Amino acid sequence: MRIGIDVGGTNTDAVLLNGTSIEAQAKCPTTADVTSGILQAVEQVLSQGPNDIRLQGVMLGTTHFTNALLEGKGLAPTAVLRLALPATQLLPPLVEWPDSLRNAIGGFVYLVHGGHEFDGREISALDRAAVQAAARDMRQKGVQAASVCGVFSSVDSSHEEAAAEIIKDEAPHIQVTLSHEIGRIGLLERENAATLNACLAGLAANTLGGVQEALKSLGLECPLFITQNDGTLMGAEYASRYPVFTISSGATNSMRGAAFLSGVTNGIVVDIGGTSTDVGVLVNGYPREASVAVSIGGVRTNFRMPDVLSIALGGGSIITQEPLTIGPESVGYRLMDEALVFGGTILTTTDVSVAGGLSDVGSPHLVLGIEPRLANQALTKIRQKVEDSIDQVKFNADDVPVVLVGGGNILIGDVLEGATEVIRPENAAVANAVGSAIAQVGGQVERVFSLDRMGRQEARDSARNEAIAKAVAAGADPNTVDLIEIDEVPLTYLPSNVTRIRAKASGDLMPD
Amino acid sequence: MWEVDEDILESITIGAGILGTGGGGNPYIGRLRARQVLRQHGPVTVLDPEELSSDAQIVCVGGIGAPTVGIEKVRDTQSYSAFRAIEKYTGITATALISNEIGGSNSVEELIPAAMAGLPVVDGDGMGRAFPEYHMKTFFVYGVPYVPMALCDEKGNTVIIPEAVSPEWVERIARAVTIQMGCVAVYAVAPMSAEQVVRTAIPRTLSLARDLGAAVREARQHQEDPVDAILATCPGIVLMQGKIVDLDRATTAGFARGSMTIDGLGHYHGQRMDIEFQNENLIARQGDAIVCTVPDLICLVDSDQGEPITTELLRYGFRVTVLGFPAPALWTTPEGLAVVGPRAFGYDTDYTPLNL
Repeated sequence: MRIGIDVGGTNTDAVLLNGTSIEAQAKCPTTADVTSGILQAVEQVLSQGPNDIRLQGVMLGTTHFTNALLEGKGLAPTAVLRLALPATQLLPPLVEWPDSLRNAIGGFVYLVHGGHEFDGREISALDRAAVQAAARDMRQKGVQAASVCGVFSSVDSSHEEAAAEIIKDEAPHIQVTLSHEIGRIGLLERENAATLNACLAGLAANTLGGVQEALKSLGLECPLFITQNDGTLMGAEYASRYPVFTISSGATNSMRGAAFLSGVTNGIVVDIGGTSTDVGVLVNGYPREASVAVSIGGVRTNFRMPDVLSIALGGGSIITQEPLTIGPESVGYRLMDEALVFGGTILTTTDVSVAGGLSDVGSPHLVLGIEPRLANQALTKIRQKVEDSIDQVKFNADDVPVVLVGGGNILIGDVLEGATEVIRPENAAVANAVGSAIAQVGGQVERVFSLDRMGRQEARDSARNEAIAKAVAAGADPNTVDLIEIDEVPLTYLPSNVTRIRAKASGDLMPD
Repeated sequence: MWEVDEDILESITIGAGILGTGGGGNPYIGRLRARQVLRQHGPVTVLDPEELSSDAQIVCVGGIGAPTVGIEKVRDTQSYSAFRAIEKYTGITATALISNEIGGSNSVEELIPAAMAGLPVVDGDGMGRAFPEYHMKTFFVYGVPYVPMALCDEKGNTVIIPEAVSPEWVERIARAVTIQMGCVAVYAVAPMSAEQVVRTAIPRTLSLARDLGAAVREARQHQEDPVDAILATCPGIVLMQGKIVDLDRATTAGFARGSMTIDGLGHYHGQRMDIEFQNENLIARQGDAIVCTVPDLICLVDSDQGEPITTELLRYGFRVTVLGFPAPALWTTPEGLAVVGPRAFGYDTDYTPLNL
């Protein structure tokens, strides 16, 4: 059995999962220290579940580290070491960071000779003496964490690795993040992502250590796993070193949970909450990744993130008449007080859902005054908004299955344009925690290949094998690991035959 | 005469994205680089071509290489090195700079050496849009020498091409050298005279990019239609408004070739448009009828925000507005069309001017 936990901004949800069946579920308020809310939720599911259970693991999804970045709290004094000279000087590290976040991490920046060209040649040999001097300076300035970023480290990571060794010799206490382990091609964005990771490292170790202690206090000896934003798991140890991969894992867990609860592996998930709706694409049971830069706390990054379209539509969206508008304002968490069906005075989407006969929450007699014409018009408009979003996230014009989760799913009837079918799974309210519980172990690789030296198929195989090896190294059962995505982008404006291949593999967690 | 400061730079890069007709690379890094230099050296003066003194010497600079490499090994100040190298080689002291290409990231490359050398730039360029290759400039079509040319990387290497039999040969040689330099280089061409610039440059394209970008920014701020704002700034027409329903890409000989299909929405419901691209959007068809061809500009912006969409960002479902703008007159002569007309890109069709 597994326990899946989702720590959201408002609630901490937990489920106890036995194979594919949900044995128990709990919803508790999220606490500032994260740990006590988790403890409470886990205690509840344990007390509801069967008596002697064997737990394979506790899987935790959390937005805690995202919030730390947004608030600039608990971040380590962090240095950035770029291996690139004489290239890239005009745009030094942290160049577009908001002052508040740069100040929160100290803003220590070093540029030294090193780095590679797109085809693997060195831009310059690594200046080991300069790295040593930088490391000494970091130590003197009280730096606790550092990111190391070499130009084209995704083609050749040897300079980043050598620099990390030197820092380790000079200042063993500094936690080092290597950029090629975090992001993809795009120097500034990858360096930013690596630096965000570095500055979270201390906080992550403390928080996750606290959660582990708490679970032990309940007598749970099973391992703790953390879910990443690609829907796969990290061990607590690993997550302490790569906390940045938890960012946006909530949306991923919700989509993965929806896939699990509905049995749909390729399709679209529509998660309708109180204020907003997230629409994303499932590819082989995983969310599709965003291909463009994503901003976190005002910092541009390019590491993997679920590609989710958010629109301002939820069960609490306020409806105005003449002209008819839906949202973007929402009564939000005050839905149970302010919507007409709950005795309030504000016309919301939930009210027209009840008036239109799609659901019967609250006291339906309170919305008898809503004209059927208005209810129909509003519901049509709501449906069109969702249909529009579905159409925008699709790969092509073919119809696909659509899975509806979240409390606001009552706004939508049983037919949607663009959908082969509309599926409303049971237990949709805890889809996030279920998504945590079922997360798999994955590995990802992105590299630039010169097709003059090897064939295209050989290059794809090489990327595939490396991704699979990474998944196994991360703890996946080799018998279940398979490629889940491979994607190729040729480099343009070049007569030479160079291509960039990205591959991702995942498999079930290796049993003890 | 006017000045480029940080705020105007932002407008220029939006406008340059629109004029990039889908190509020209992502202007984000270019804007950041130019901004750093403006912060260090102060604003750059822009001269109208008519304001050039008769003895002016104007150097054209431009980036060459792969945009995908340019986001990783971000360019440094090699445009300044190339500018100084061509001055040294020719023995001529330059008095101003000019952009080679107003579309995409190249639009602001000349600002970097200009700010560093304390020189003005000319309001104009050699393309009036984006094109993929060195020889596709009005300067060379109308007889401005295409050599000597200096090519620099960020490591301190300079290559001079003193002689070549045609601008196409400069393109071939420079491309090969660029790969050796690590795929991001900058070139500078031997100084032009004021007379040559006035006669052969596409005039006032830097101010056009500035005005387009400012119009889009203002429309966003007031939640007005950015497409209306664009058309009020630059005469053109909406060719189609709809969503991308099909996309077919392939890369051949280093160029992102492909096509997309757009189904009309709203007023354009029931209509369909096919657009073929080779980095830049080249030809737009409705059924068998050609609606717009290169060198006229076929520009895609997202219908909501007016954000220009480059070919690498195209995706199924995007809500786009396709805009058509007439090519600058210098491109629609027989000499111009021989270099950048539909046949120069392998289409078996003649150029038919956009019907405004």
